[in-house]
Amino acid sequence: MNPTQELVVELAEQYGRSRANLLPILQGVVEREKYLSDHSMIEIARELDLPAAEVYGTATFYSFLDYKKRGKFTIRVCKTITCSMKGKNQILLSIEDMLKIGLGETTSDKKFSLLETNCLGWCHKAPAMLINDEVFTDLTPEKVREILSEFMKK
Amino acid sequence: MPASYNLKRADFIFRNENDWEKILSRTLQRDKQDLINELISSELKGRGGAGFPTGLKWKLASEDPSEIKYVICNADEGEPGTFKDREILMMVPFKVLSAMAICGYIIGASQAFIYLRGEYKFLKYDLEKAISEFHYYCNEIKFNFNIRIFMGSGAYICGEETALFESMEGKRGEPRNKPPFPTNNGYMDKPTVINNVETLAHTFTIFKYGSKKFYDLGVQFSRGTKLFSVSGDTPKPGIYELELGMSLQDFVEEFGDGDTKAVQVGGASGFLVPRKRFGETAIGFKGKLIGISLPTGGSMMLFNSSRSMFNVLDNYLEFFREESCGQCTPCRVGCQQLHMGIKAVKQGKKPASYLDKLLKLAETMQNTAKCGLGQSVANSFSSIVENFREEMIY
Repeated sequence: MNPTQELVVELAEQYGRSRANLLPILQGVVEREKYLSDHSMIEIARELDLPAAEVYGTATFYSFLDYKKRGKFTIRVCKTITCSMKGKNQILLSIEDMLKIGLGETTSDKKFSLLETNCLGWCHKAPAMLINDEVFTDLTPEKVREILSEFMKK
Repeated sequence: MPASYNLKRADFIFRNENDWEKILSRTLQRDKQDLINELISSELKGRGGAGFPTGLKWKLASEDPSEIKYVICNADEGEPGTFKDREILMMVPFKVLSAMAICGYIIGASQAFIYLRGEYKFLKYDLEKAISEFHYYCNEIKFNFNIRIFMGSGAYICGEETALFESMEGKRGEPRNKPPFPTNNGYMDKPTVINNVETLAHTFTIFKYGSKKFYDLGVQFSRGTKLFSVSGDTPKPGIYELELGMSLQDFVEEFGDGDTKAVQVGGASGFLVPRKRFGETAIGFKGKLIGISLPTGGSMMLFNSSRSMFNVLDNYLEFFREESCGQCTPCRVGCQQLHMGIKAVKQGKKPASYLDKLLKLAETMQNTAKCGLGQSVANSFSSIVENFREEMIY
């Protein structure tokens, strides 16, 4: 078995093989492999005895289940109204400037990916962003540079 | 403080007296019918935004003969401008867990879920710790009840209850037709009570203090308190518990920055109220208090005169366009056309009268879309276009 097959079997053992466990399994693969490859979706379909099209259809519905390969750290900057009013664009610019990538891109060392996302639920501390599961709020361009320098060392 | 000020602050939800074990065991010994009556007479309505009477919901589920039933806590808080549920789960998780167990006791369910949005994954670890402590106590008092967390993965529409069931069943989060309603046909086609995080926290207050204490707060048709998520152009953004029924004028005097041009009540799917209507708008459920009465999930976003309402609407429509599940045509195509339409008018590619066609399209969406998402796009669209028409054109 290749590593993806092993991972899928491990997750299926952990959660169970019924359709209701499809989302936790998809989430588990994204957490480990940073995206859902065609190969991993086919393996999940095989393991859960589902049509691969159903797995693909379900996975692509959810914005956090990436099917494009992302870096070790995925940065999601909130673009909904309050964050947008409170300077989201300056935050994006300073990230793009620092990492030398645009929206939707991944750095060449595969460390960072930069995305926008809809309301993160931190409007009272806007602007906000997620790096993987971790939240950063009340952002300023200086603060963003400090945060990213920390992550660059990881 | 201005003379007309009559906002009434309250402190129930976040007041933590750490007595959940006592309240829970005491409540689990009471008669089920009594508890339902208590909840009905409190007149608590759902705090997620739709305002369905909570007591009635529990009653309907309790009357279903099915052997298997479920309790679900809806923590898929995705409405722009809402962030109160996260705070409840962080600060007073045991109130919510206890309320879920009491609901399970009343309707006859032993399995419960918390559907937690992917954006709040950082809460999962602490919440799981709280749940295992809670399970330990349930064991101690020999009450068979299990709660599990189900993680969402970034889809606003999954906050719609039937889309949430679909998601939990491992499918695309596409809303179902109603009826059948969840109280008879919910998760896995079993009777399900699904409540917003805040609603559950309020039931804890009601079971602790009795329904009268809750009923005496607020105004007719809008009883009790509500958490408000305040953001935008305000000197004091944050979460505030207030009695329902206040006038928007009072709200703006308290939270505005002195230059408030409009307030978005109820998030992107709610209504935009312009300054000239602050005085005649009350915050609560139906029933004409002063003039217009707006229900809300608690999202209050303030805009001052430096803000372009075109940019605000553009931002909302981009949001809806991305978050529409795409299942029904009015919503899928409607959101897209409204978004493209206002841009075309702004750029002069379409005449100003095109806005009237778009208003008609929004009305069609309201009448024909399958679920609340498509139906409520018209709320913000029409209230912005009608009140700030010149900003849409020039």
